Amino acid sequence: MIEIPSPMGGSVWKTEVQVGEAVAVGKVLIILESMKMEIPIEATEAGTVKEIKVAEGDFVQEGDTVITIET
Amino acid sequence: MRKDYQKYLSEKERILKGGREKYHKQNEEQGKLFVRERLEMLFDPNSIVEDGLFANNLDPSLPADGSVTGIGEINGRTVCFLAADSTVKAGSWGPKSVEKNIRIQEKAAELKVPIVYLIDSAGGRITEQLNVFPGKRQGGKIFYNQVQLSGVIPQVTILFGPSPAGSAYVPAFSDLVIMVDGNSSAYLGSPRMVEMAIGEKTTMDEMGGARMHCSVSGLGDVLVDSEEEAIDACKRYLGYMPQSWKDGLPLEKVVAPVSGRDVKEIVPLNENTPFDMYELIDQVIDEGSWFEYKKLFAPELITGFARLNGEVKGIIANQSKVKGGTLFVDSPDKAARFVMICNAYNIPLLYLSDVPGYMIGSKVEQSGIIRHGAKMISALSESTVPIISLVVRKCYGAGLYAMAGPAFGSDVVLALPSAQIAIMGPQAAVNAVYYNKIQELPEDERAAFIDEKRKEYLKDVNLFKVASELIIDDIVGFDDIRTEVIRRFKFYKTKSVMKYEKRNAIHPV
Repeated sequence: MIEIPSPMGGSVWKTEVQVGEAVAVGKVLIILESMKMEIPIEATEAGTVKEIKVAEGDFVQEGDTVITIET
Repeated sequence: MRKDYQKYLSEKERILKGGREKYHKQNEEQGKLFVRERLEMLFDPNSIVEDGLFANNLDPSLPADGSVTGIGEINGRTVCFLAADSTVKAGSWGPKSVEKNIRIQEKAAELKVPIVYLIDSAGGRITEQLNVFPGKRQGGKIFYNQVQLSGVIPQVTILFGPSPAGSAYVPAFSDLVIMVDGNSSAYLGSPRMVEMAIGEKTTMDEMGGARMHCSVSGLGDVLVDSEEEAIDACKRYLGYMPQSWKDGLPLEKVVAPVSGRDVKEIVPLNENTPFDMYELIDQVIDEGSWFEYKKLFAPELITGFARLNGEVKGIIANQSKVKGGTLFVDSPDKAARFVMICNAYNIPLLYLSDVPGYMIGSKVEQSGIIRHGAKMISALSESTVPIISLVVRKCYGAGLYAMAGPAFGSDVVLALPSAQIAIMGPQAAVNAVYYNKIQELPEDERAAFIDEKRKEYLKDVNLFKVASELIIDDIVGFDDIRTEVIRRFKFYKTKSVMKYEKRNAIHPV
């Protein structure tokens, strides 16, 4: 299992996947909004989405786990 | 055969073989080449002269005292070298190797030619510490010399193996550090020493590996997969450098950019949508001329050498695909060093900006975003090379300063039709200025009010208004970037800037 961290502080704008969904490397999992920019967070390994740890509108700090993937 | 000649030949043959067979085998198993094979690959055939081959020859266990030093030619240009032999006492520095190292640095300084450090060394020989470590002409002198040579002649380090403790500072004082993934490492204390002294259990990769240094610590600049690639990267880098700060830059023949999408298709209309800045850079530079500096470190900012019409330029560009292109605490470190290299060797700078500004929030403030950010502005402000600043898209707040805005000695500030220059984005600005007013309004009236003020704000920062106020010097068509920039760099060649006389600036660190 791998943990996908947020690359920077920001608020969760959109969740692009659901628990149980199969994802490939590079698949956009979550889009943050920060510094008025859309910040896509992508899967770094292929697998299945195990847990989504954030809800839309949540503030996340740099390094916080946003999603876990079962590889 | 004469006996004296025979003795000379057999001694030379012995020394040229380096250390014991088992250490050669060990090297081979790790995918490492013998130091003399590395030098053969790096230098033109039969171009090398060597100094101190017979150093410590009375001790049969120390061929050349573990350090090979000399002068050779790389693509026909004179370059000095200092190379550790890992088959001799793990490439450690003894008294004679230290003296050889110091002498070749002094030679490079006198000849005004680049020097390459090929490091694969266990550091100072502890058994001889009083003869290698503390003295006036010992280990420290190597680093002292590196600092004196900095900005005078290009200094490149290739780390082929470990570079612990003492020798770990060689890369730190070099202009460029190339590291081989899996084999190179640099650290002050080994994992074993760390466990004994502070109780931490760690691994070489985690603490001092090549990938870590090239992506996290920033000590490494170029990560490669093999020794061959490392040597190739070194040769390529030197191809962008002059022999010394007073010499001209190497020219290449003119090559058109790679064929690709038009810039007007690459830059999205929506300023919040990321795009790949590499694609735009490709449309501006000569095809195949890109040499990236610190690719894996702070990738929200791109720095690299390229050729425009065959001439060397340094490019600094924001990458909105990574962290929205926001500047963090590491990005200014990367930019500042790159700018210093370019200015030292008279390489003109091209800034391509698309930056929402420096990151804000408690995390980055505690990490010192202000003093880190200042480094990038300071390096830029001290530069005297030609500088062209092109605003590609947004350029907000101190991002405009960092990216060679009008006040920072740039020769010209150009903008694409997609550019927007402002102290902050419209949404943030309206909230900042009208916060109290917005709070006082009934909730159902707020959206309309914000929208109205947003439109007013956008009118104020409209590109044509900015151009009308002479804040930017010209607006350039999407398809005209390359032509415009090449023409302007040609005119700015005679630029000459006087700075205040002083001993040194007090740099932000």
